Amino acid sequence: MNAADKKRVLREMLYARRFEERCYEAYVERKIGGFLHLYPGQEACVHGVMEAARPGHDYVITGYRDHVHAIKCGADPKEVMAELYGKETGSSKGRGGSMHIFDVKHHFMGGYALVGGPFPLAAGMAKAIKMKGGDEIAICFLGDAANNQGTFHESLNMAALWKLPVLYVCENNLYGIGTRIDRSTAVIEQHKRVSGYNIAAAHEDGQDVEKVYAAAKIAVDHVRSGKGPYFLELMTYRYRGHSMSDSNAYRAKDEERMWSKRDPIIMLRDRLISAGAISMEEYERMDKEVLDDIELNVIKFSEESPEPSLSELTKYVLAENDPWVRGKKVS
Amino acid sequence: MAEIMFWEAVRRAHDEEMANDPLVICMGEDIGVVGGTYKATQGLYDKYGPERVMDTPISENGFTGLAIGASFLGVRPIVEIMSVNFAWLALDQIANSAAKVRYMSGGQLTSPVVIRSPGGTAHQLGAQHSARMEKIFMGIAGLRVVTPSSPRQAYGLIKSAVRCNDPVFINEHELMYNMKGEVPDKEYFHPLEGSEVVRQGRDVTLFGYNISVHWAKQAADVLAKDHGIEAEVIDLYALNPLDRAGIAASVSKTHRAVIVEEAEAPVGVGSEVMAIINEECFFELDAAPVRVSAVNIPIPYNHHLEKATIPNAKWVVQAVLKMFGKG
Ligand SMILES: Cc1ncc(C[n+]2csc(CCOP(=O)(O)OP(=O)(O)O)c2C)c(N)n1
Ligand SMILES: [Mg+2]
Repeated sequence: MNAADKKRVLREMLYARRFEERCYEAYVERKIGGFLHLYPGQEACVHGVMEAARPGHDYVITGYRDHVHAIKCGADPKEVMAELYGKETGSSKGRGGSMHIFDVKHHFMGGYALVGGPFPLAAGMAKAIKMKGGDEIAICFLGDAANNQGTFHESLNMAALWKLPVLYVCENNLYGIGTRIDRSTAVIEQHKRVSGYNIAAAHEDGQDVEKVYAAAKIAVDHVRSGKGPYFLELMTYRYRGHSMSDSNAYRAKDEERMWSKRDPIIMLRDRLISAGAISMEEYERMDKEVLDDIELNVIKFSEESPEPSLSELTKYVLAENDPWVRGKKVS
Repeated sequence: MAEIMFWEAVRRAHDEEMANDPLVICMGEDIGVVGGTYKATQGLYDKYGPERVMDTPISENGFTGLAIGASFLGVRPIVEIMSVNFAWLALDQIANSAAKVRYMSGGQLTSPVVIRSPGGTAHQLGAQHSARMEKIFMGIAGLRVVTPSSPRQAYGLIKSAVRCNDPVFINEHELMYNMKGEVPDKEYFHPLEGSEVVRQGRDVTLFGYNISVHWAKQAADVLAKDHGIEAEVIDLYALNPLDRAGIAASVSKTHRAVIVEEAEAPVGVGSEVMAIINEECFFELDAAPVRVSAVNIPIPYNHHLEKATIPNAKWVVQAVLKMFGKG
């Protein structure tokens, strides 16, 4: 990453932080319903990895904590917020919600709510890429607790067996909802768990976006060059509860304080300031612009967008007018 | 028109669809080198190679999910789940991923995957190899469910399912792979919706699907020959969506209905067809509809007990005679 890239990434991460904080407010105002899982604290993970990959080209899939992943792939933040508002202009036309953001034109292949569900889907996309001969890769972002699902092991085995171009990124934030990793998982270092499948793996500090980028570069090059799957574990922390309904009472204050000192945005900001690449005033201006954009464009768009029409309640269940449903005789 | 066996019809459909489109692949346990437990993919491994005819590990949810993910990018996988009993393990990916992705993405993404699986009660396979799971699949919105009763349907349904943009579950039967039947020499694509009148009649409609169509046909012959009752037999090859109009049309003609299902009665094809009759043509009925279903127990191993659990043509005849006050 050159200086300009770093500045851009700083702005993107700041945007992601402010976007999520604004989601929190909108949820409290009851503009957003259902489950809402926010990303603050983990921004360096998706930004570092996707800087090393090709957003909009590589196929990305993830779990329910998906807003920032979609935006980093190229989704319009207006459409993501409108989806949270349940509006017709939302990325999934209000049918998906926070946990099911999709932006297929930017190859963001969706957020899925079943923990571990995307593991085999990512392997399957990689199989399709391989068959079609493209240079894309499939990237699957999931949490640490997801690795206790059977799909994790089934998918790693198949990905290794068939040498599929898939990168599994584990955002290890040490918790699955309120259960700390050592209370759910026999082997705490997740990158060690994949050795049984003969998969290349690494682990890295997930709070330092430059380190994530460097580790992801190796991972992405490995996968894109046809060497098979790769597993990258990023050590990170979420600053909020698991979802909006989470009291967050299960984490020690010391632990929270320790991680808050390793805020990925502040770390990058301070580094750029000491390098003279940006001034504090510039950063504050950037923050103001970000906040204004979210308020004046994103929120305004979401507020003013129409609700889906009840007349289209049953649309999108099955393909419309698919000729093969009627069958065909060939003479 | 040639007479071929059911498994040959399934194999022919795979072969033609794979020859037609390089993105059609098939996968499952022992389908490649071995050629499939029921020979449904015999010879295809040699013809198309391991990239397109994939022997999978024993990971039903994993490889079904992998097929669904591949279908997102335009690959058309035909997945064989060795026995429907093992499909329980893949229900997560079938129901949560394949069936819902079109809706929850607002129409952006679709999963044109085909999943075939033999089910039903064969001979003394015991409780964990004798499930009839159509009732589970037909209740999933976004998933098409079809079930062939003949080699012709097996062939034509697979071909249409591969081309259709929706996920399709094809429920086959372990006892039917060696059944013979005529299949058109020319390419044929069977509709994925609707039903077929396989015997015309005026006195009562017997609804069947998959293997129970055959019990209904045998029963109809006995009823005509020995009792002067002309039964109409309807083949419900599509279980989701069910053919509401076809069901209503036949009952409006015969005014009586018997639903023949291999599965236990609760929450099944029979209860669903009865509900449709109530909703569509209740006032056409001359008698309360009746179900002929399996006894509601895990399938026993003992030959006599097993036989006493699963319906047959005799049970159908008895049910009809009782309906006509002759039982
Ligand atoms: C199959 C399944 N089981 C349980 C849940 C409930 N659940 C939602 S998130 C979660 C914890 C997942 O933790 P992790 O994978 O570490 O991701 P994180 O939320 O920390 O990002 C659980 C148990 C679910 N959504 N799906
Ligand atoms: Mg976690």
